[in-house]
Amino acid sequence: MSKIDQANQEAVKRMMLSRPVWVDIGRAKDVIPGMKDNLFLHAGPPITWDRMSGPLRGAIMGGLIYEGKAKNAEEAEKLAASGEIEFAPCHHYNSVGPMAGVITPSQMVFIIEDKEWGGYTYSNMNEGYGKVLRYGAFDDEVLDRLRWLDEVYAPVIKEAVHLAKGVDMKSIIAQALHMGDDGHNRNRATTSLFIRTIAPFVAETEWGKKTEYDAPRLDLSNVSEYFKGNKASAAAEVLAFMHSNDLTSLNAIMAACKSMALAAHGVEHSTMVTTMARNGTDFGIRVSSTGDKWFTAPANIPDGLYFSGFTSDDANGDIGDSVITETVGIGGFAMAAAPAIVNFIGGSPADAFDATNEMYEITIAENNNFNIPAMDFKGTPTGIDVRKVVEKGIVPRINTGIAHKEPGVGQVGAGIVKPPMEMFIAALRELAK
Amino acid sequence: MESLFKSELKVINMGLEGFAETLNERGTTVMHVRWQPPAMGDDDLLSLLDKLK
Repeated sequence: MSKIDQANQEAVKRMMLSRPVWVDIGRAKDVIPGMKDNLFLHAGPPITWDRMSGPLRGAIMGGLIYEGKAKNAEEAEKLAASGEIEFAPCHHYNSVGPMAGVITPSQMVFIIEDKEWGGYTYSNMNEGYGKVLRYGAFDDEVLDRLRWLDEVYAPVIKEAVHLAKGVDMKSIIAQALHMGDDGHNRNRATTSLFIRTIAPFVAETEWGKKTEYDAPRLDLSNVSEYFKGNKASAAAEVLAFMHSNDLTSLNAIMAACKSMALAAHGVEHSTMVTTMARNGTDFGIRVSSTGDKWFTAPANIPDGLYFSGFTSDDANGDIGDSVITETVGIGGFAMAAAPAIVNFIGGSPADAFDATNEMYEITIAENNNFNIPAMDFKGTPTGIDVRKVVEKGIVPRINTGIAHKEPGVGQVGAGIVKPPMEMFIAALRELAK
Repeated sequence: MESLFKSELKVINMGLEGFAETLNERGTTVMHVRWQPPAMGDDDLLSLLDKLK
């Protein structure tokens, strides 16, 4: 076996041995090393304000208003362009965020500990569907929901995860693949398992017993009329919100995937991809043996199904850190586990099997944690080898949401996106130096 | 050769899928094999891949 093949075996072994456990919740500036008051994290590779797409700009502006640094959109835009605010990829801070992926200094974040290799990874709270910051929306409804998430939801689940003494995220992902999820676009099973695991402890929290509190109340009447009039306990509200949002678990799953990817980073001679991420303008990858160097190319427009009233003309370029799921062998790579997903992104169940089968062509191993019952429990294709991508001419298959190109409109569809081959070619050239 | 075209055709098609689709539309049994030249036929990339074996 060549030294590169040996290095890749080591990298993928490290990835599969990683044991991410959700252990805590904390304020970004207090818990993410290097986070500071004027630093805003975003999805994807590095980007300057002038090159940011609509949804990312909207999320930054909303974040500035949320942080009290700007009073309105005009002030926020001026401040963002002034150079006083620093922007950096979530990935530079061992963090990940879906879509725009903006993490502001005061926001509460999931803290995931790698119990095998040590170290922590982070992600923000998922806001649900509709008008949300991660798609660039920032009206009062969005900002009030963020306040509720940080001031009510986060303290309740923080107390709950302490009582639970941690939640094993890898176990949840493995089970969810047996229940029809891919772990990226379909999270119904993942979120159900997540709720089932944490709910008894949510019910036991002191914070959760409060029926009156000095923080914005969330309108949960869409879940049940019972919640009209704000008489429920915080615990009931937290559980109702979790139930109303299939994406509740996504951010914690992404942080767990980041933990696995991080474990595989820094293996000398390895040609394995350890980061894939998009900022809406550029797609970027990083490779295990090439340090923090990004290889980037213009982000493509996803191909998929659009919600009523929208077309591909409305779509923003591919955006979000959620492709960390495919980086570790789930998401689009585990499509065969989630045939129901084709209702959401187009195609047929047979296409789902084709997608997974094709990914074995460009990966290093069959995952020994995540497997697919309908494929005789074969492990999911894991560990993208840059050499195989270029040799076979096959790029990774990615499931994704589609954002409107204008800030604040939200999600307009879902589908599949192909990352640009140029990034893999650039990485290959660097590796061959 | 003549007898070949008098019997039922069973075709294996490699590479361009369009040939398989056309035969399929005419009722011929076709097994399509996805194939393309290594490194998209680029000699420069092939030499880089050789270095990274």
